[in-house]
Amino acid sequence: MFFIGIYGFITRKNMIAILISLELVLNAVEINFAVFNRYLFPGQFEGMFFTLFGIAITAAETAVALAIIINAYRAIGNIDIKNLSKMKH
Amino acid sequence: MEYSLLIIVTPIILFLLLGLLGTKIKPTVAGIIGTLGMTFCAILAYAVAFQYFFQIGKTGEEWTKIIPLNFEWLRFTEHLHIDLGILLDPISVMMLVVITTVSLMVHIYSLGYMKGETGFQRYYALLALFSFSMLGLVVATNIFQMYIFWELVGVSSYSLIGFYYTKPSAVAASKKAFIVTRFADLGFLIGILLLSYYTKTFDFGLLTADRATLVTTSFAGGTFLGLSIATWALALIFMGGAGKSAMFPLHIWLPDAMEGPTPVSALIHAATMVVAGVYLVARLFPVYFFAAPEVLEMIAFVGAFTALFAAIIAITQTDIKRVLAFSTISQIAYMMVALGVSGYGDHDGLGYMASMFHLFTHAFFKALLFLGAGSVIHAVHSNEMNHMGGLHKYMKITSWTFLIACLAIAGIWPFSGFFSKDEILAAAFHHQPAIFWTLWVVAGLTAFYMFRLYFCIFWNGKRNYDAHHKPHESPMTMALPLVFLAVLSVFSGLIPFADFVSSDSVAFHTHIDPLVATLSIAVAVVGIGIAFFLYFKDSKAPARIARSMGALYTATLHKFYLDELWMWITKTLIFQWICEPIKWFDRHIVDGSMNGLAWTTQKAAASIRGLQSGQVQFYAWIFIAGSLVIAVLVLFL
Repeated sequence: MFFIGIYGFITRKNMIAILISLELVLNAVEINFAVFNRYLFPGQFEGMFFTLFGIAITAAETAVALAIIINAYRAIGNIDIKNLSKMKH
Repeated sequence: MEYSLLIIVTPIILFLLLGLLGTKIKPTVAGIIGTLGMTFCAILAYAVAFQYFFQIGKTGEEWTKIIPLNFEWLRFTEHLHIDLGILLDPISVMMLVVITTVSLMVHIYSLGYMKGETGFQRYYALLALFSFSMLGLVVATNIFQMYIFWELVGVSSYSLIGFYYTKPSAVAASKKAFIVTRFADLGFLIGILLLSYYTKTFDFGLLTADRATLVTTSFAGGTFLGLSIATWALALIFMGGAGKSAMFPLHIWLPDAMEGPTPVSALIHAATMVVAGVYLVARLFPVYFFAAPEVLEMIAFVGAFTALFAAIIAITQTDIKRVLAFSTISQIAYMMVALGVSGYGDHDGLGYMASMFHLFTHAFFKALLFLGAGSVIHAVHSNEMNHMGGLHKYMKITSWTFLIACLAIAGIWPFSGFFSKDEILAAAFHHQPAIFWTLWVVAGLTAFYMFRLYFCIFWNGKRNYDAHHKPHESPMTMALPLVFLAVLSVFSGLIPFADFVSSDSVAFHTHIDPLVATLSIAVAVVGIGIAFFLYFKDSKAPARIARSMGALYTATLHKFYLDELWMWITKTLIFQWICEPIKWFDRHIVDGSMNGLAWTTQKAAASIRGLQSGQVQFYAWIFIAGSLVIAVLVLFL
C-alpha cells in the first residue's frame, strides 16, 4: 500500500490524484504503527496514539493541500502538476 | 623680545587678508598693503637684530640662545612633544634680516614688474604666505616645527612657480619642484623619526647641547648595513636639505622652477628657500660634527661635485634665468662644502662661519642678479640671451647694478662675495686640498659665466631693436630695489662676521689668507678676461670653440642629460620594470585567484542548475531513490 502510494505520487499528473496517493502513503504508515503496536507490544498504546495523531495531522494537511490546489487552479486554470514549475526561481 | 612673534604673525595675517579679499580690492591696493606689511616686518627684524647683537645676545664671550616664546603643541609621550616657538640665536637673527630685506625688495620690485598681470592679488597673498613659512622655518625651536614650515615653504614655492597656471611648462615645472623636494623630504622625515626615537626629543637646544652628548650617547651600538644609526639618521636629514638646496642629483627641479615670475625666483629660488638646506645642516652642525663626521665629509664631497657640475652647465645655457639658476646651485654647493670642511670651535669653525657669511652675502647679490635679469626681461620680453645685447646704453641703472652683482659673485675685492668666498676657500684649503682646487676652478668658471652673461646682455651690440620697440629703463619701483641691493652687495662683506657667527657661539678673529686670496682673485680675473675676449664684441670665436668641443658641448647644453636620466629612472626603471610587473602580479595573480574562485563557483552552479526543474515529482523521485540507496547501503554494509 505504501509503494502503491509512492507510485501514484510520482506518476500522477493531477494534483488531486497526487494528494490521494499521499493519503495512501500516510495511511499505510499509520496501519503499520497500529499493527506493529498490537503484535509486538500488546500492553502498550504509544503506537495507537501515534496513529491518532497521524490521522489528525493528515486531515489538517489535506485541508491545506486542497486550499493550495484551489488557489493554483484559480491562478493557472488547471491542476496539472507540470504547469506548476514557477516556484523554482 | 616677545614682539619678535609679530614678525611671523604679520605675514600670515597679510596672506589671509589678501587671499580672502582677492579680487574685491584693486591690484595696486593689494600690492601696497603687502609691501607695507613687509616693511613693518623688516623694521621689526632689524629691531630684533639690533637688540640681539648689541644689547642682550651676549653673555660673557658667548652668544646665547634666547627663546622668547615656546608653547607645547602636541605631546606624544612623557618626553617627546612638539613645540612651537621662537628661537633667537646669531644665525636665526641673521636669517630674519636677510629674509625680510630680500622679501621687502621683491615686494617693492613686483609693484612694477607684475603690473597689469592677472592674479596680482593672489601673487601678493602667496608672497606673504612664503615669507611667513620661511620666517617660521628659521626661528624654529625644534626640528619638527622646522619640518612643518619646511613643507609650507615647499607648498608656497609650488604655487608661485605655477603662478602662470595657464602655461603648461609652468605647471609641469611646479609639479616637478614639488615632487622632487617631497621625495627628498621623505628622507628628512625618516631622519627626524630616527633621531627623535633614539634621543627622545625634537629640541634643537637639547640636541646640540654640550657637544651633542645626547646624540652621541643615545645612539650607542646600533648599526645598520655597516653604518651606525646616527649616521643614517643624519644622512637622511641631509637628504632633505639636499632636496631643498638643489644638491646633485636632486638639483633638477631648480632650473625648471625659473618658470615662475622673476621676482619669485629672486626671493625663493635664489636668496631664501634654497638655502634652507644649508641652514638645516648649520642648525644641527654640532650633531653632525660629533655624532657623524663621515656624513659631514660626504656633504663636502657632494657639495664640491655639485659646485663644479652646475658651474660647467651654467657656461652653455642661453636662457639668462637658467644661467642664474645653475649659478645658484653652484653657490649653494659652496656653502655646503664650507659646512662639510668645517671643524668645531674657535678658528677651526671657520667653514661654518664662512658658510653663513656666504649665505648672507649671496642672498643679496643673487637677488640683485635675478631682479636685474627681471628688469632686462621686462624690457626685452624674452629670456633668451640671443635676443639681447647692447642694452647698456638703454638701461644704465640695471647695467651698473648688474655689474656690481657680477663682480660680487666673481669674488673681486672689495665686493662682498670676495670676503665670504675667500673664507670658504681658506677653510677648504686647510681641510682637503682636492676640494680646495675644485672650488678654485669653480670660482674661475663662476667669474667666466657671469661675465659672459653680463657682456652678452649689456654689450656685444649684435642686435638692432625696432625703433617703436626700444628697450627702456625700468620704472622707479624696480630700479630702487636694484640700487639698494647693489649697495648691500658692495658693503655687506665688510661686516666682521666672525664676531657674530661661529660654530661654538664664541667670537673669534679671522684674517685673510694672502695666498688663497691671491689665487682666488687671479682665477676670477682670468675668467673675466676670457669672457671679455669672447663676448664683449660680437665674434665667431664662441661658436668655433663650441664646435671644437663637440659632444662635450652638446652634453653640457643638455645639462649632462640628468633630466633624461631621471626620466629614465622614473619612467623606465620604476614605472616600467618595477611597477608594471607588480601591476601585472596584482591584476593576474591576486585579482586572478579571486576571479578564478568566482568563475569556478559560477561554472559549477551553471552545470547543476538543470536539476532544479520545478517538477515536484522529479524531486520526489530523487528523494526516494536516494533513501533507497541509503537503505540498501545500511542493510548490506
